[in-house]
This record gives sequence, C-alpha cells and structure tokens, in this order.
Amino acid sequence: MLTRRRERRQPELLRKTPYMTNPIIEFRQVEYQISTISSQPILSGVSLRIHRGETIALLGRSGSGKTTLLKLINGLRRVSSGAVLVEDRDVREWDVIRLRRGIGYVIQETGLFPHLTVRENVCLVPHLENWPGDRISARYVEVLQSVGLSPSLYSQRYPRELSGGQRQRVGVARALAADPEILLMDEPFGALDPVTRAELQREFLALRRNLAKTVVFVTHDVREALLLGTRVVLLDAGRIIAEAAPQEFVRLGHPVAREFLAAAELTAGAPA
Amino acid sequence: MNAWQFLLTHRPEVLAATREHLILVLVSMAVATAIAVPLGMLIVGHPRLRAIALAAASVLQTIPSLAMFGFLIPLPFIGGIGAHTAIVALVLYALLPILRNTYVGLTSVDAAILEAAEGMGMTDEQILFRVRLPLASSVIMAGIRTAAVITIGVATIAAAIGAGGLGTFIFRGVAMVNDAVILAGAVPAAILALLADSLLGLLERRLRVD
Repeated sequence: MLTRRRERRQPELLRKTPYMTNPIIEFRQVEYQISTISSQPILSGVSLRIHRGETIALLGRSGSGKTTLLKLINGLRRVSSGAVLVEDRDVREWDVIRLRRGIGYVIQETGLFPHLTVRENVCLVPHLENWPGDRISARYVEVLQSVGLSPSLYSQRYPRELSGGQRQRVGVARALAADPEILLMDEPFGALDPVTRAELQREFLALRRNLAKTVVFVTHDVREALLLGTRVVLLDAGRIIAEAAPQEFVRLGHPVAREFLAAAELTAGAPA
Repeated sequence: MNAWQFLLTHRPEVLAATREHLILVLVSMAVATAIAVPLGMLIVGHPRLRAIALAAASVLQTIPSLAMFGFLIPLPFIGGIGAHTAIVALVLYALLPILRNTYVGLTSVDAAILEAAEGMGMTDEQILFRVRLPLASSVIMAGIRTAAVITIGVATIAAAIGAGGLGTFIFRGVAMVNDAVILAGAVPAAILALLADSLLGLLERRLRVD
C-alpha cells in the first residue's frame, strides 16, 4: 500500500530497483566554478558515494564549498564538469522539479514562508503534488508530531510567532512532508542557542533512527558532525580532504581535521 | 459669500462633481493597476524591457499635467475633449509609482526564501504567484496608494479639457477670482486624497508580513 502510494507520487524514484550497494547519490569528479575566468574553483576533483540510510556530515570552514556541494544534489547549482547522480541518474537528466520534490530541503530558519501559516508551510509540497485533502491532513498531523510539535496548537500560527527552535522544527517537518527519500540540511541548527541546539540534535538522532532516510547535512561544528553523522566528510578549499566514520575521524592525522578537533577541544593535544 | 455658504447652497452640484471626480480616479486607477502590476511582473525577468519600461514611465511622470492634457487632445482615438482623454492622461501618470513598487517589491523578497522555494521544487510560476507576489503585496499597495493621491490631485486639471470633476469649481473660481468657488472644488479634492491615503494605508499595513 505504502509502496503503491509512493509509486504514484514519485514514479522516477522507483523506476530502477536499487541494490543496497548502489549509491543513492554519487559525485563523479565534480568541478564547480562560477565563471571560467575566475582562477579558483569553488569545488574541484570531488568524488563521493552516498549510500541509502547514511547520514553524511559535510564539515568545513566558511567558503570550503560544503553548501555548494549540497546544492549540486538538488540542482540549485550545476556542475562545471563531472557529474552528480541521484538514484543512478545524472541530475542534468532529471526533471528538476520532480527531483526537488523527492528531496527534502532544510535551510536556516529564514527558509519558512512568512506569509503562510505553519500548516500551509508544511503542506506546501503535498499540496503542489495534488494530494487529496484528507491525506494532506493526516500527513500534517504525522510530521508535526514527529518533530515534537502539537499539530492543532501550531496550525494557524505564522513563522514570526514562533521561537527559533520551533521554526526549525517546522522547517524539518516541511522537508519531511512529502516523505522524500533524501533529506538535505544546510546548517539546520546553526542559528539556535546552544541549549535548543542540543535538544534538536538529540531529537534529530531519534527521528533519523525512525525514518531511515538518507541525510546530507552541512555544518561547521565538528561536535555536531561527529554526533549526528554516520560519516564525516571534511572539505577544505573546494576539495574533500578526508572522510571517515565519527569514531575514526577523531583519530585522523590530517592537519585540517586536527585543527577542527583542536578548536573544539576534542583531542588530548588541544591547547587548553 | 464665504466658502461654507457656497458649499451649502450648491450642495447637489458639489456632490455631483465629487462623484464625477471619483469615477475619473477609480477608472484611471483600475486601468493603471491592470497595466502596471503585470508589466512589473514581466520586467523582473527581462532586464532590457525593464530599463525601457521604467524610463518611459519616468519620462511620462515629468510632463507637466496641463501640457499632458493638451498633447492628448489632438490625438486620434484616445484624444479629443472629455472624460476618456482625461482618463488616458491620469493612467499615464499613475503608471510609474505602481510599476516601480511592483518591481521593487518583487525583487526585494529575501533570497533565502526564494532559494527555499526553488529547493522545494516550486516552478518559476508558482514562486511568482505563491511567494513573490504575496510578499510584495504591501509594497505594491504602497505604490497604488501614492498613485491614487497623485491621481486625485491631477484629476482636478481634467476639467480644463471638459472632463468634469471637482476641477470645474477650481477653474470657475479662478476665472471669477472667487476663493469660495475655488475652495468648493479644492476642499472636497483634498478630503478625497486624505481618505484614499488613509484607507489604502490601512490596506497596505494589513498586507504587510512580519
């Protein structure tokens, strides 16, 4: 039943039966630069295979190209050379609207539509996909509960009436509304106070276990990357310089990785 | 005879002129909005058309109003004596504030919101109608408000080409060197302008988000 519903909604996503070993997202020798004249490419030589159910933390300093890497997945940016494949298919060959509707996208709190209520924000994609009304209502209740908000209490509120943490929960609920296979998050907890951030990170871990989505998120916080990621991908000046599971990442010898760990005081040799 | 006595004794005529005036303004504003808002939406994605449209609307705005009415009289179809010529002139004046505010409103929507909309898989058309336009509505309404106040003022000059309205009293008063008659036209015009300004201002605030 669930499969049939999904098939009707996202026929392209299920056309090929994927093997568990096939990456759901793959970067092949990706180059990205804004213009051919500028000397420094934003991304170069990027190859990365992301498998179903993984949570990839894209870690890097400002300007390392991590957000660009994320936006190449849902076609907000286009590669200069190389290729990005989603579900074994080049992003350039996808109908970009269909591709994006099958990918949840969460950005910092500013991404909610200020003129729409919480319910209208959350139900936007199901609405655009012409889901029947009762199914939209059921889904609204489901996703709002999954991010820990009361569906009835918040339905008529506007984003300006919410706290930063509540806005971010609504943002996650909106991204999950159409039940996408892939979730992209651009510094999802970046604008929150430390306490709220820790709370949302814990909830995100629980949510991830329940939903079994493929998640790619961008962060400059090494603690967040180690806590939430099943794999940490470290970017520096447009290149992937290291990738490792969290428990291995802390033992990496790469100087940039050491810098990150030292700054977060996560190593023995870190300055006091 | 003072202005108040004149108003009382000529009440039916003043009311009729006010109604004429209001119709001139309403028709002109409706036409100007129907042209300028879609044009503003169109020029967002067309830089060359944008330069031409905004320059043309600015030039129109600089033509002195009495001269504008004069220029239009000899033109075939749209010209001549009467209300329709006046409406053409009033529409031309009202274009710029509405066009400019529509363009500014649509282009000043937060880039993060637009990127979220795009990233969610909204088409360009859906982004325009469901995101940009609602978020620009108060700025567009501010343009309509400015245009309405201008139009109510300029419409008094329409009487010079036989379009009627409150300007009739003003021109008659000037000819008669009679302040009371001038005021019988000027005061209701001022009241209309103030009313339009506050009512549309209310609407503008109501449309404002966050």
